[in-house]
Amino acid sequence: MPNPRILVIYAHPAPHRSRINRKLADAARALDGVLVHDLYETYPDFFIDVAREQALLEQAELVVFLHPIRWYSMPSLLKEWVDTVLEAGWAYGPGATALLGKGYWLAVTTGSPEEAYRPGERHGRPFEAYLPPFEQTALLCGMHWWPPHILHGANGADEAAVAAHVAAFRARLEAFLLTPPKGQADGT
Amino acid sequence: MEHNLLSNAVVYLGAAVLAVPLAKRLGLGAVLGYLLAGMAIGPWGLKLITEVETILHFSEFGVVLLLFLIGLELEPARLWSMRRPIFGWGAAQLLGVAWQVALVGALGLSLSSTAIALATLGERNLMGTPAGQASFAILLFQDIAAIPMIALIPLLGVAAADSAGGGWTGAARLAAVVLGAVVAGRFLVRPALRIIAKSEMREIFTAFALLLVIAISLLMQWVGMSMALGAFMAGVLLADSEYRHALETDLEPFKGLLLGLFFIAVGMSVDFGVFLSKPWLILGLVLGFLALKLAVLFALSTRFGIARGQRWLFAFLLSQGGEFAFVVFGAAGAARVFSPEAGSILVAVVALSMVTTPLLLLLHDKVLEPRYHGQNVREPDAIEDNEGHVIIAGFGRFGQIVGRLLNANRIKLTVLDHDPDQIELLRRFGFKVFYGDATRPDLLHAAGAGKARALVLAIDDIEDSLALADAVREHFPDLPILARARNVTHLYQLMDRGVTIIERETFESALQLGRRLLSQLGYGAYRAREATLKFREHNKASVDAVYPVYKDREQYVSMSKRARDELNEMFARDLKSYEKESEKGWD
Repeated sequence: MPNPRILVIYAHPAPHRSRINRKLADAARALDGVLVHDLYETYPDFFIDVAREQALLEQAELVVFLHPIRWYSMPSLLKEWVDTVLEAGWAYGPGATALLGKGYWLAVTTGSPEEAYRPGERHGRPFEAYLPPFEQTALLCGMHWWPPHILHGANGADEAAVAAHVAAFRARLEAFLLTPPKGQADGT
Repeated sequence: MEHNLLSNAVVYLGAAVLAVPLAKRLGLGAVLGYLLAGMAIGPWGLKLITEVETILHFSEFGVVLLLFLIGLELEPARLWSMRRPIFGWGAAQLLGVAWQVALVGALGLSLSSTAIALATLGERNLMGTPAGQASFAILLFQDIAAIPMIALIPLLGVAAADSAGGGWTGAARLAAVVLGAVVAGRFLVRPALRIIAKSEMREIFTAFALLLVIAISLLMQWVGMSMALGAFMAGVLLADSEYRHALETDLEPFKGLLLGLFFIAVGMSVDFGVFLSKPWLILGLVLGFLALKLAVLFALSTRFGIARGQRWLFAFLLSQGGEFAFVVFGAAGAARVFSPEAGSILVAVVALSMVTTPLLLLLHDKVLEPRYHGQNVREPDAIEDNEGHVIIAGFGRFGQIVGRLLNANRIKLTVLDHDPDQIELLRRFGFKVFYGDATRPDLLHAAGAGKARALVLAIDDIEDSLALADAVREHFPDLPILARARNVTHLYQLMDRGVTIIERETFESALQLGRRLLSQLGYGAYRAREATLKFREHNKASVDAVYPVYKDREQYVSMSKRARDELNEMFARDLKSYEKESEKGWD
């Protein structure tokens, strides 16, 4: 495969029990030009090969973070990945250009329905209120924030809703692949 | 009579208690201490004891017990694997002397002292070295060879042949008894041991152990075998039994005391009367005898590929005349092969040659050994100050991994091992590796255990590992021990000694392979990891839970039964904890 333009960072601690994220990952895998990188399969011991991850990021134009929301945030291995891979001087800070201009697309599912994300409800505030750490991460690295692709109430979602969500995900990826490749940040 | 026995006991024990620690303190070794004590209290010393013959005879039983215990250490399979050294070495050594000197005297003198040589090997922890192995092989062969020798003597003399020893009936009886012993050992003695062990009467177990050895020895003597060899055979027969360790611990003190008594008796039997009447003759004989024997042994050691540094040690170890010589000369005297006077001269020569062994070994340690320093065999190294270091005892496959991890992280290491080749190799790669038996407290001191941050106990021999744990606990109670356990029982034994950081050597790697198997079977890598970690925690908890049970049955239940019970219990626990896996929702 030529260098994939899209890198999907897939983080699911129990893929064998996943209904939706696994389908999203499979849909992405089916496309040429997309690399699905399964973090829990690659680093079950949480010992991350930083150089390898950085190389994967450098060759991508769009980075998709595909995972269920856990405790208003990302699964723990992905947090470890962010902590170790996005190094100062490489991802952000003076002289850091590695991720400049790349797309940052969050594709997540939540267990609770959207109604739970309201003042006075279970989660107290709209879901968007939990996104600033993601947005700011993208910003700090000079990446373009894409509007997130979210499926709420994943536990109770019916087949049709899931299929529609997967199809929309796939269509967005395909649309990106049809755009002309950009000159990459590292100049290759 | 009873008063006599007790007062004699006081004399023996007193002499031993005084002389042996003193001799050790002076660096002469325990054997020489006993010999000197014997000379001091004997007919030519303070005349406290006169019936030397009786005592010598009685205390020979110490040698019998020694051989029984050695037999216990040797499983038949191991003995079989040693057949070549035993016969190759043994025959070569016997022949080597036999053609040089004449007849019975030569035969008798060619035998070395099993008791002295083995006690010395044990005291110096040399049993595992090539010289030690070769010595043992020779001694064992001599014990076997003494039988036909003793049987042969009457034929050479003028007295009538001993009816018990010779002829077809004797041979048949010998075969029958040996066969009977093999069968009885398997089908009678083991069940009997089991029943007695179940009665939980410790002293009856001890009594039975003694009864067993004495009965077999007498039986063997009756068919014309040496008592010691018979006991050795009995030991070998019981070597793979589950009661091996119990027998060893029960008989060990008897062996030690009786062997001490034997050496005292040898010391007493040195006839200074004969010596004074013909001092030059006897001195000349002793010197000539030693020179000849040393020459032969040294020549043999070069032929049989013993490392240069160990050749003199080997020759010195076997240079003395043996206790069988007394028996052989006794038989020869009875058969009138030679005159009583010649007999007593020869006995004096043998006894004096026994006294020389510890002295020769002392010479070896102080003069010869240092010359070979840096070659294949060496004294425990002087270890330089290495403050804040970690000691790794045992640098085989296990210790090496730990050591390299530490080394890669720039942690100072002191490595102790007893394989000289290994050490040279590792030193070439810049490791601080030192030679020595790590279980010796003085070496621990020298290794700077007082300044170490931790000690890694990675020795592969379980008994050595436990001995080192004991030594560290006793001498360096503040030094943390991190131990490798060979199996669960070893783990428990380490826990008994207060070691808290223990890894079972195969456990983690087996778990890792199991984890990879789960992946292979379609588990995701992370799920396989979780399942493995869960089982790992569960297994550790089970091992801890079974520990008190192990303590309860430690004393009398056999090792194999114990392991089976423990496994049983753990299987039951495995199933219980895996009855339900929660299936909560995931998207």
